[in-house]
Amino acid sequence: MLSIQNLQAGLADGTSILKGINLEVKPGEVHAIMGPNGSGKSTLSSVVAGREEYEVTGGDVLLDGESLLDCSPEERAHKGIFLSFQYPVEIPGVSVSNFIKTALNSHRAARGEGPLEAALLLKKMREKLELLEMDKSFLSRSLNEGFSGGEKKRNEIFQMAMLEPRLAILDETDSGLDIDALRIVAQGVNALKSPTNAVVVITHYQRLLEYIVPDFVHVLLHGKIVKSGTKDLALELEERGYDWIKKENAGK
Amino acid sequence: MHNTLLNLYAEHEADLARESGDAVASKRRTAIDRFEALGFPTKKWESWKYTSLKSTLATEYTTVPPFASASQHALEFKDLESYFLDELDAYRVVFVNGVYSSWLSSTTHQGLDVCTLGSSWRKSPDWLAENFAALDELDEPLVLLNRALAREGALVHVPKNTAADKPIQIFYFTTADEPLFSQVRNIVVVESGARVEIIERHQALNGKAHWTNAVTEIRVAPNAHLRYTKLQNDVSTATLTDATFVHQAADSTAVVNTFSCGGKLTRNDLRFHLAGSNAEAHLHGLTLIHGDEHVDHRTYVDHAVPHCTSHEVYKGVYDGRSHGVFNGQIMVRPQAQKTLAYQQNDNLLLNDRAQIDTKPQLEIFADDVKCSHGCTVGQLDADALFYLRARGIPETEARALLMLAFANDALAQVELPALERKLHALIHKKLRVSVS
Ligand SMILES: Nc1ncnc2c1ncn2[C@@H]1O[C@H](COP(=O)(O)OP(=O)(O)O)[C@@H](O)[C@H]1O
Ligand SMILES: [Mg+2]
Repeated sequence: MLSIQNLQAGLADGTSILKGINLEVKPGEVHAIMGPNGSGKSTLSSVVAGREEYEVTGGDVLLDGESLLDCSPEERAHKGIFLSFQYPVEIPGVSVSNFIKTALNSHRAARGEGPLEAALLLKKMREKLELLEMDKSFLSRSLNEGFSGGEKKRNEIFQMAMLEPRLAILDETDSGLDIDALRIVAQGVNALKSPTNAVVVITHYQRLLEYIVPDFVHVLLHGKIVKSGTKDLALELEERGYDWIKKENAGK
Repeated sequence: MHNTLLNLYAEHEADLARESGDAVASKRRTAIDRFEALGFPTKKWESWKYTSLKSTLATEYTTVPPFASASQHALEFKDLESYFLDELDAYRVVFVNGVYSSWLSSTTHQGLDVCTLGSSWRKSPDWLAENFAALDELDEPLVLLNRALAREGALVHVPKNTAADKPIQIFYFTTADEPLFSQVRNIVVVESGARVEIIERHQALNGKAHWTNAVTEIRVAPNAHLRYTKLQNDVSTATLTDATFVHQAADSTAVVNTFSCGGKLTRNDLRFHLAGSNAEAHLHGLTLIHGDEHVDHRTYVDHAVPHCTSHEVYKGVYDGRSHGVFNGQIMVRPQAQKTLAYQQNDNLLLNDRAQIDTKPQLEIFADDVKCSHGCTVGQLDADALFYLRARGIPETEARALLMLAFANDALAQVELPALERKLHALIHKKLRVSVS
């Protein structure tokens, strides 16, 4: 489904951040990407989602065999890519419900469908809120404004549940969550899982992976995937940290 | 232009004096002398630093004589309906080319007075003499010119302990075939314990370079409440110079909302005098302009006594080569302890040709006060834009959504649902968003 091929990207000033990333994600799979701070995890997810601030200098990102690189962020979203932001943006004056309605109807418009009937929309929102154990009052609040860290992350997963993407990238959705919130978020992600969807989980901690069990674990270091394995690799990283991987790669 | 106006005054001085009595006549005389001495403002003046009247003054105008009679162009109600707030049951005072149109108006003398200056010189000369040019303390040529020549406009008098049963809409339409220069003046007195809501609009109905020079004097007595909304969305050839004076007594509340969404040049002088303790003033403004439009807001809040509150929020979104000016002055006099004064001016420039000059000016002479001010000038937040787009919201819509969210605060003091709907539609249109 998603194929990242020798992807190189960086800042407009020429600073290179991603230095040749390869990743194949097939339908039904869960991939975890781990790695120390500053290794390029968020940059990778932003580039896949289409952030124009980053310049792609080589390689390709394909969805179902077609390059995404010329697509706008909204087109990528319409094709089924969803990014749960590490730092969700606060937007005062835009309510959660208005935002989600606008987003959902944009997806529908892209498919040539009319807006979702208000009653059905409300029903769907209620269902998803329930799944994530969120209060209805959430809907009328300004998007992320004054939300706690945990509320912001839940709100991301709520949006994901509403938009039902084919490929969800969760960028450190677990950081700042207590164990209960973590369980609920995982529940939301697992509810989305199907043989036709895929999830890429970016995390520092093995903790989340107990709930969202990955088929593959990759280690990103200095803009490259330097090691891939199964969920046992995550356990090993938890125990030993990243230093041994850094050493392994020091010579290369 | 200057001479034409002086001649116009000379020609009508006797008639004006006969109509308005000695006291007003002497005010007019002083005003025209001062206007003669000052001339029109230029950019060299501190108060006109960012706004040039040059191109407005270059136009050849027909000046509306003080005693003009109704024009031949009979306007039909249906021509104007779109400007009236449909479904809003309101009093209406309508002027066409500076002349009152009884046909289009719906006035009253029952419970409160909603009528015109023109008809009141005869009916209540003493009241008018007392309230005409009572508050317009600004030594500015345009205010002086208006004081000398204006004799027509809306009059609203809400007696003690009366809540106006309906809102009041004041309209000035211009239809003249040639550019018209008119002087109009509104007088509003809200007696103690009374309450009223007023909406004022100036609108040219053709693309001629009309110029309206308006003054509004508002007296808000103890414990009275006023809400006044100015809706400025004129054609891109029209000039509006407006000066509004609000005098507040103790325990009163006054709100002035100014929506400046169109016109070649708009200058708003808005001056509050807080003269009684516990008075509360709200100044809200929203500017949404594009092309070559120019809007200059100059506000002044005078905290003259203790325990008053002023809350001022002005926002602006500037597209094209438009130019905005915000000059917000707050004066806290030595005796005005326990003053609460808040001022915020936020601006979005949608491209690098648009321009804003913003200048807060706080003069605080009391020590036990809470005053804060801030201003921002920026572009749309790139992170927010990407966030919305990554959720599938197309770029134009995402931009619009962010601009709407930005502008939203300005509607905080709009309470009439019909007005709110109208303003929403207007903002959507100005920001080129389809109304959903
Ligand atoms: N917009 C940006 N401006 C400047 N530096 C950036 C930007 N985005 C990423 N970087 C730099 O690129 C590197 C990788 O960052 P990031 O992708 O956020 O890492 P991670 O998510 O793995 O912690 C860091 O050194 C970071 O400072
Ligand atoms: Mg990161």
